[in-house]
Amino acid sequence: MSAPDTRGYFGDFGGRYVPEVLIAALDELERAMMAAFADPAFWAEYHEVLRDFVGRPSPIYRCERYAADVSSVPLVMKREDTNHTGAHKINNTVGQALLARRMGKRRLLAETGAGQHGVATATVGAKLGLPVDVYMGVRDIERQALNVDVMRLLGAQVHAVASGTQTLKDATNEAFRVWAQRVEDTFYVIGSVVGAHPYPFMVREFQKVIGIEARRQTLERYGRLPSDVIACVGGGSNAMGIFSGFVDDRDVKFWGVEAGGKGVDGDEHAASLRAGSIGVLHGSRSYLLQSAEGQVRETHSISAGLDYPGVGPEHAFFKESGRATYVDITDAQAVEAFHAFARCEGILPALESAHAIGFARELAAQRGADDLILVNLSGRGDKDIGRC
Amino acid sequence: MLEDAFERARGEKRMAFIPYVMAGDPDLETTEAILLALSDAGADVIELGVPYSDPLADGPTIAAAGQRALRSATHLREVLALASRCRERCPPIVLFTYYNPVYQFGVERFAREAAAAGVAGAIVPDVALDESAELRAALQAQGLTMPLLVAPSTPHPRAARIVDAATGFVYVVSRLGVTGTGNAPDFAPLRRQLASLRELTDKPLAVGFGLSSPQDVRNLGMLADGVVVGSALIDAYAGARAQEAATRVRQFVAPLIAACFLVSP
Repeated sequence: MSAPDTRGYFGDFGGRYVPEVLIAALDELERAMMAAFADPAFWAEYHEVLRDFVGRPSPIYRCERYAADVSSVPLVMKREDTNHTGAHKINNTVGQALLARRMGKRRLLAETGAGQHGVATATVGAKLGLPVDVYMGVRDIERQALNVDVMRLLGAQVHAVASGTQTLKDATNEAFRVWAQRVEDTFYVIGSVVGAHPYPFMVREFQKVIGIEARRQTLERYGRLPSDVIACVGGGSNAMGIFSGFVDDRDVKFWGVEAGGKGVDGDEHAASLRAGSIGVLHGSRSYLLQSAEGQVRETHSISAGLDYPGVGPEHAFFKESGRATYVDITDAQAVEAFHAFARCEGILPALESAHAIGFARELAAQRGADDLILVNLSGRGDKDIGRC
Repeated sequence: MLEDAFERARGEKRMAFIPYVMAGDPDLETTEAILLALSDAGADVIELGVPYSDPLADGPTIAAAGQRALRSATHLREVLALASRCRERCPPIVLFTYYNPVYQFGVERFAREAAAAGVAGAIVPDVALDESAELRAALQAQGLTMPLLVAPSTPHPRAARIVDAATGFVYVVSRLGVTGTGNAPDFAPLRRQLASLRELTDKPLAVGFGLSSPQDVRNLGMLADGVVVGSALIDAYAGARAQEAATRVRQFVAPLIAACFLVSP
């Protein structure tokens, strides 16, 4: 387990840049998290819920047709789209909600962009009997209406955030503000490997199940490790989840695929690592998209789940250390991949995951039968029908 | 500079009055007029807000003021220039800025240029004690102060370390949550916290967040050395510009300043 240092830094990235009012809550969370992580009974319950409620392990699936015209490389999908609620997000919300209950917290609070994390939080909140408040940007509420209905059906209160860019960035600001007010009885369930320490570490540990399973499954099925692991990166939790299962396998290359939007040479994209610079947002030091004056920039992606100006600090560390390579796929390429993948494989990928799938085809053209490409198919695309 | 301001107020048996103004809201000319009005009215220290796109510690009023200021293209550089222009005519100015604009500006350069602009210090709400060493050292090297915040949720041993590290004054957050007038603090626990902080330090204790009326100010009694009023002040001049805004500010702060006197002057 590669942990951040005692101050929550992965190399130069991470830390805890939050108002004083939240520091005690983060300390309390860190202590409770470390105690839970050291308690086999906690993990036993987590894995039981993942098995019986989420449907884990999720399978791996070898694509037959999607990239067969360009390469003979085995192209293998880790099927997080088969999870209950349709994405990897629930691995994390199960872990955090169990921790919240263990800590005696009475309410859950979450931000959401695409709505997947909001749905995943509302789902575990309903299961555990914890009331859930979800903060979501007005623009995202418009473009992900189905998920809003689902959250409400599950009993969550969805609060529209009309400030700033009205997307995930401002929903996250608002969630932090609300948490500051209710910090005594409320657990803030952050949806990605972002935020102040210990969140980036904790969320990674709850998503690591993806990589651990995928490693075992790849070895069992193909008798070898992948040559390459590909995942899309917004905040970066599905990527960190699958990468962390292979982090000590130095020959396995990691590829993080950011949202290239209308092109990273312009302003309309969300590629923080490819085109951003180092700064502080939402509690940690990492890469972000910002002006020369340090104002956080508006981003664009066709995929609401990638439409975020920051990125998890461990990804920044992986970029600096060279452990992972970050690339981008444009809106148009992602939409093309979405359609091609649906027709070739009979699976509708989430638009977020379609970024990883689009890049997989490019990489496949440079790989052969001796290699093996593993892609995190992080979510299903029902929510995106009608948007592409 | 700051120490003198608190010392003077203490000598006059009153709390120091510390208004917060967002620079550039809605334009720098208005802010300049407001700063001079506050100076005339008798403000002891002025907190000058630096606009930031993602103000985590601020409620809707200050967040919206920041958005208006960003629309007038006010950033750290413009705020420093404003402070410099007003330095001879104003009480000590403390910048209230989030960390990222400072980080992009360069921590050393920020300290240098803030000192050159005559600023007395900087409050950085998203840099708590644990991340403050570099910035504090850079400011200190230029003779500038860095007040740190203590919250109702801060455990006592940590509060002791914070008041030890804070310079200029200790910023006592009156209640959980963010800045804004929505809910007034619960004064009983606040008074207890002020009393316990008083035992830890002789540094000035300034209370902020959620204070908006003369009654709020009087509720602090003898226990605080200063009182910060931000959102309510911004509400008082919102929509006005230049001299009109300055007039409204004068009218709004007069009863607050009067309430700072522990005994009638």
